[in-house]
Amino acid sequence: MAIKITDQPFDPYQELQLYQNTQLDHLGAIGATSIFIGTMRDFNQGSQVTGMSIEHYPGMTEKQLELCVEKAQGLWSILDSLIVHRVGTITPNEVIVLIAVWSSHRGDAFDATRYIMEALKSTVPFWKKECIDTDAQRWVVSNTSGYQ
Amino acid sequence: MSIKVYYFASLKEHVGSSEHELDFTQSLKVKDVWFQANAELVLPKNTLAAINMDYVDWDSLVSDGDVVAFFPPVTGG
Repeated sequence: MAIKITDQPFDPYQELQLYQNTQLDHLGAIGATSIFIGTMRDFNQGSQVTGMSIEHYPGMTEKQLELCVEKAQGLWSILDSLIVHRVGTITPNEVIVLIAVWSSHRGDAFDATRYIMEALKSTVPFWKKECIDTDAQRWVVSNTSGYQ
Repeated sequence: MSIKVYYFASLKEHVGSSEHELDFTQSLKVKDVWFQANAELVLPKNTLAAINMDYVDWDSLVSDGDVVAFFPPVTGG
């Protein structure tokens, strides 16, 4: 398992390739890789969005992400996982988050990926502040309730 | 006894500071921490609290050396 918080733009496919080539465990047992990539949109709630800053609580962020993965491991058979999340200043079309889950079977990989993503959105201390087309800034306040 | 209190995101702007040090002599609940540190301020609805980076409820007791954090609902991903 690896968790990475970065303030630099990242290529999710390179991150995935690097992890697969250097750190991935249980190679022979892997039958499924599920990937989620979240990208910044240029619109939200009826406004054009020109940029965004993502704040986080260092330390608690990593701790809560580990908890998300541990809970997923308790529900599905996961062989390995990778989470990369962006913080700091970000512009539309840049990647915000990568979640990859490796498992022996696709059902576990699909479900665990979605669980981790939904748990991230509802429990991990990141906060988005958008720059909208009127040059104003606003905190994103809508939340999701987790995996259902 | 002494604790650190951190604020994040919109709550940091609401409080006007990212952290406080708070000294106390008798046991405190998390909700007491907010009102002692921010007596003049309304506690925004839906504010979340953590002690030492774990989510807690408002009646949880804080101990000497704890790090308490207050922040709005999270919006990552």
